[in-house]
Amino acid sequence: MELYRLTAHEAYDKLKKREVSSKELTEAVIKHIEDVEEDIQSYIHIDIEGALKKADEVDCLLAKGETIEPLGGLPIAIKDNMCTEGINTTCASRMLANFVPPYDATVVKKLKDRQAVILGKLNMDEFAMGSSTETSAFKKTKNPWDIRCVPGGSSGGSAAAVAADEAFFTLGSDTGGSIRQPASLCGVVGMKPTYGAVSRYGLVAFASSLDQIGPLAKDVTDCALVLNAIVGHDPHDSTSVNRRYPDYISALINDVKGLKIGVPREYFESGVNDEVKSAVINAINLLKELGADYEDTSLPSTDYALSAYYLIASAEASSNLGRYDGVKYGYRSAQYEDMIDMYKKTRSEGFGSEVKRRIMLGTYALSSGYYDAYYLKALKVRTLITEEFKKAFDKYDVLIAPTSPTTAFKIGERINDPMAMYMSDVCTVPVNIAGLPAISVPCGFDSNGLPIGLQIIGKAFDEETILRVAYCFEQNTAFHKQKPNERR
Amino acid sequence: MKIKPEEIEYIASLSRLKLAEEEREMYAVHLSQILEHAERLNELNTDGVEPTAHVLPVHNVFREDEVRPSLEREILLANAPDVENGCFKVPKIVE
Repeated sequence: MELYRLTAHEAYDKLKKREVSSKELTEAVIKHIEDVEEDIQSYIHIDIEGALKKADEVDCLLAKGETIEPLGGLPIAIKDNMCTEGINTTCASRMLANFVPPYDATVVKKLKDRQAVILGKLNMDEFAMGSSTETSAFKKTKNPWDIRCVPGGSSGGSAAAVAADEAFFTLGSDTGGSIRQPASLCGVVGMKPTYGAVSRYGLVAFASSLDQIGPLAKDVTDCALVLNAIVGHDPHDSTSVNRRYPDYISALINDVKGLKIGVPREYFESGVNDEVKSAVINAINLLKELGADYEDTSLPSTDYALSAYYLIASAEASSNLGRYDGVKYGYRSAQYEDMIDMYKKTRSEGFGSEVKRRIMLGTYALSSGYYDAYYLKALKVRTLITEEFKKAFDKYDVLIAPTSPTTAFKIGERINDPMAMYMSDVCTVPVNIAGLPAISVPCGFDSNGLPIGLQIIGKAFDEETILRVAYCFEQNTAFHKQKPNERR
Repeated sequence: MKIKPEEIEYIASLSRLKLAEEEREMYAVHLSQILEHAERLNELNTDGVEPTAHVLPVHNVFREDEVRPSLEREILLANAPDVENGCFKVPKIVE
């Protein structure tokens, strides 16, 4: 098998046994990128020289007999909203096109400490606002299963790169589904950890109470390995939680006997495609055969989560993006009359259409006279949604639902209809609103051969149980082993 | 909630954005649609419900107020659009 096709844990095993070098792995992936990137367009920036230099360093360490931690020496890539020292971090926006961070995000530092080979930065929706990666100011990433389709978003580059074997794993960020939805549409594993489990230091802020960094990976084992590498308290992020984090590899148990699964019926209602529904129901039946118990349940406020989410996320974004004023970093308009004019021209020229829409929606929801009706109301609905999840988790170990109501849609199909685009997130936003962990794993294909994702939602800080269910499902199915180019 | 293009102009100005005529019209349509969808939140009774701004209990984090190394001025100014004498340069704001 070609080296780039290996999973991260397989590649690391070979590296550890000295069957391959980091340089061989890195060169294999770079060569493969050269073959497929013209079609897929996952990357905004590829640092071939830096990656090969790092691979040589790792090989030197190995030659000296030193051991490297899991995932070390593997070429991987990062969504372009996480700061990488000395390497452009653009958020796929004109606003930050020339921004070179003077420091590493904590997650990037943690991966570097493990000797990861960082290949480059991945395309995304501008400032992570979008569900198709089409709002990127630079390029449109294609879905490796059908290049006429979107990869999902906002971490579309991160998902497409893993699906097309352009990196052994990638990091994404998830504010309303931005890891899980593209993972689902590209047929890979994607996890949003519990809010506070992974430091957000160095992640360009979109909606601070919802944003969370997580892995996109080729299988559940890889996902657990990446999670091991990135979780933990960070003094640089006051919302990161100081607690003991387990070894997630020990959570990978091929057994679901006695586990209680809740199936919230609201996630199977309006707008969910029939083929998606039946794939998810088949998955639940398989878990039952494997010894889990399941029960239909109801989370009645689910239908309101999408509206609450778009108000809260946009309100936070309008505040967070106030920092782009053309003074300290980022784009500044070439011509202006005075300070206010400079702000306005800088922001109007630097931000794309979707970002402006969200800033204005958020500004409106926070403005005098509308604050109570929109923003405060949304925060109260957030309480209801959170409490319903809490109650459900008194009875169930995990909740199972579709990740995305549809499979990958065509490029251009929803980009001019914001409400249609926002509906892509209907199954994922409640999890962010409540700060819970959730994983998406491949669970089937539709009649066009496009992948379908199964979403497993857990209690706060119980990533172990969702990994266990995901792992058991994966070990008893073969969906994750299918590759896009074999189905074409 | 119908938003008129004139209101969009006001929201844009609060947001420090300058919009072209066709953008104003487009955003008036889109924001109206989004807010109409959001009106559905009123179907839920939230009397006596506390708002949740943050799912975790957020505490202020204190540390000793001691001098620690920070990044060099030149490094921090390197990303600035305009710099003079080690400072960020902006248009005149006081007459």
